[in-house]
Order: sequence, then C-alpha cells, then structure tokens
Amino acid sequence: MDWTGRDVVSIREFSKDDIEFVLKVAERLEGELSKKGSLDYARGKILATLFFEPSTRTRLSFESAMHRLGGSVIGFSSAASTSVKKGESLADTIKTVEQYSDIIVIRHPSEGAARLAAEVAEIPVINAGDGSNQHPTQTLLDLYTIKRAFGSIDGLTIGLLGDLKYGRTVHSLAEALAFYDVELHLISPELLRMPKHIVEELREKGVKVHETTDLEGTIPELNVLYVTRIQRERFPDEEEYLKVKGSYQVNQTILKNAKDGLKIMHPLPRVDEIHPEVDKSEHALYFRQVFSGVPVRMALLGLTLGVL
Amino acid sequence: MPELKIEVIPEGTVIDHIPAGKWLKVIEILGLTKPNGGTLLIASNVPSKKLGRKDIVKVEGRYLSEEEVNKITLIAPSATVNIVKDYKITEKFRVGIPEEIFDILRCPNPNCISNREYVKSRFHVVSKEPLKLRCHYCERTIEGDEIPGNL
Repeated sequence: MDWTGRDVVSIREFSKDDIEFVLKVAERLEGELSKKGSLDYARGKILATLFFEPSTRTRLSFESAMHRLGGSVIGFSSAASTSVKKGESLADTIKTVEQYSDIIVIRHPSEGAARLAAEVAEIPVINAGDGSNQHPTQTLLDLYTIKRAFGSIDGLTIGLLGDLKYGRTVHSLAEALAFYDVELHLISPELLRMPKHIVEELREKGVKVHETTDLEGTIPELNVLYVTRIQRERFPDEEEYLKVKGSYQVNQTILKNAKDGLKIMHPLPRVDEIHPEVDKSEHALYFRQVFSGVPVRMALLGLTLGVL
Repeated sequence: MPELKIEVIPEGTVIDHIPAGKWLKVIEILGLTKPNGGTLLIASNVPSKKLGRKDIVKVEGRYLSEEEVNKITLIAPSATVNIVKDYKITEKFRVGIPEEIFDILRCPNPNCISNREYVKSRFHVVSKEPLKLRCHYCERTIEGDEIPGNL
C-alpha cells in the first residue's frame, strides 16, 4: 500500500485494511526502535506541528515520533505567538508553513479545519483534533493498544464509559470497532448517551450493542473498559454539566467483580473518573496507551512522507 | 385550467411546480439575477392541482442543463423543467438530488471552519429519502427543517 502524500483527516476515510496496515507498520517500527534505539527513515525531513489549541500528549508524541524517525520538528503550541493573532487566515498560515516543512500536523478549535488545511496544502496533513469532530490518530493508537494487549481485537467485549454524547474519541473508536467482531456495552448517564444515529449505524454493521447506566453490573462482562472524562468545555449548558459531573468512578471496590484480564483504557487527561489506586493494578492500561501514541504516529508520519 | 397569465416563450427553459414564494431564491441560485442572464418571466402564487399554489419561472433564450437545475432541488424538490425550442417542448425532466451540493447551503454549525474562513460550503448527500446531508468540513449531518433554514 503506497500512502505517500496521503492526508489523515478523518477515521471515516479508513477501511479495515487501512487500519490493519497502519497497526502492522506501527508494530514493526516499535520492534525496530526497541532494538536500535533510534531510526533514520525521516532524516532531512521536517514536521511542522501547528497547535492552535492546547495539548500535552498529542503534540509531544507527534514530535517524539518524528525525532525517533530521525527527522526534525518546527511549530507552535499556541496561536497567540503567531500571525493568526494579527488576523491571518488558516489558509494563508498553511500555505506559508508548507514552504518550510514536508508534513503538517494540525490541531484547531474549529471543526473541519484539518480538512481545509489538507485541501490547501500540497504536502500531507495529519489531523490532531479539529474541535469536537475528529481525532483519527487517537483512534488508531487505541486500536493498537487493544491489539497489543490481547493479540486480536476480534472476539472482545468492550465497554465505553462516560460522556458518550459529546466525546469525539468514543464516537470514532466505536465506528472503527464496528470493523471487528466485538460486543459493545455503552455505559453512560441518561443525559450523555451515545447519539442515536451512531448506535443505529453500529447495529446495522452487525455489532451487538447494549446501552446501560449500570457500570457495576456490566464490569464482570468486559475485557476492555474504555473510560472517558466528562468534558466541561463541550457542554452548552453548565447546569447540564453539574447534573452528570462525577457520575462514575472506577476504583478498586468496583473492580472486585472484574475479569482477571480486564484492561482499563483512558485517552487522558483524567480528572476523578479513575482513582489513582487503580494505576498500580494489572488492569491499568492507560499509560501503555500513551506509549502507543509514538509507534502509531511514527507509522503515519513515515507512510505519508513515503520514507518507510 | 387556469387562464394563462404569462406568455409562451419561443426558446428557453421553463421551471414549473416551484413551491409558492420560492421563485426569488430559485433565480438567485441559478444565477439568473445578473443582467446577462436572459429575459425572465415570473408567475408567482399560481393555482396548482399538485401544490395548491406554485411559482413558475421562464428563462428566455437559455437552455439550462440538468446539472444546473439540480442546484434548486433543496428548495424546490417538486420542480419540473421543460426545455422549449421553437415554441415546442423538446425535453422534460424533474429536478434530482446531486451527489454533492456546493455553495448553496450554509453549515448550521457555527464552529465549522466553513463559517469562519473564506471557503465555499460543500455537503455530501448521505441519504436522498429523507434528505440527509453531511458537511464536507465539520462532518455534522443535517436533515429536515435545518436544510431550508440554512439556504
């Protein structure tokens, strides 16, 4: 599969073969990296990271991935220090930055910004989050984490917990999981249920979907529990937020009835939805998940740059 | 049969069965408001068996293609189009729904980049019946009353 020049904007554009291909390349690179320490596939190439919105993991893991591939990085981590503050359009910013770099990674508060950037730029563009819309590299690293932990995604029973209404991460993950033979438990407060059209789409694709508010009763069924933060910033109304804030907490008590092999994931940052006491348990997979960001992003950078 | 109140055109395009009151939007979308767009004959609020009341737009001396006319499908899905040559109808078709809709509809999501930058709006048709569209940029879907509300 030749991915040279391809943009990575939305998980919607990925087929199952595409996903499997990226995961395979990521696994190969992880192996090479642990043997050699560093690689030089992207020597002489420059990545521009344009972060118009704050981020810890996504930006640093993209930058780490590029360095691990032997390339270099330029960019900014807030729009405040750029000409955007003077009123420069996104299109002009992209046309400028592409003169200095070989590939662009963008995070932007407006939905569709990465799509526009990809249309304007001649060089590949990777979406690192556009408002509440897409964050495709998070989905790929989530799938990679599950695959590495269990060997296969097929046959698993997976619970998605928390804000299933506004959370872009769980929407994309659920859509991608529909390619696999999985059973999904959607656990959320009534107010934050997964949008109906997504649930219908999952069922149409043959996924067995259960919707529930009961975390405790569902835990014994699960191989994976994917926890998300209830994000204050996505709520149109503060009152609605206060009603559901702190609805669930995953702690040792609630995990008593879990399967031995249950793995807990979280895209992070967390607030109080997973108690820190869980971090030391066999169930915690979320820091491993953070690690997965690097090989998966190495694969995407290398493939779209055409250097692998 | 109501009395014919606007004259027959010798050559051109007749767009019939436009929902009453929508003629202005139709000629705007088709770019017929420009001085070089050809002579226009308009009948509004005409009694109609099918629609109760309807508008008719006649464009003299210009043949509109099916592709051009399909642009009005969002506001006039009931419209029919007759191509007239030498006072005779030589071609007849109903408007259809294209696969993509450009530059007609505004995305209702205020945070969509298409509302913040100089970008022509673009929608993919997800379903024709009922009509459901997905914004090419922010990927939100819109349907029902939201569609005419954002024209």
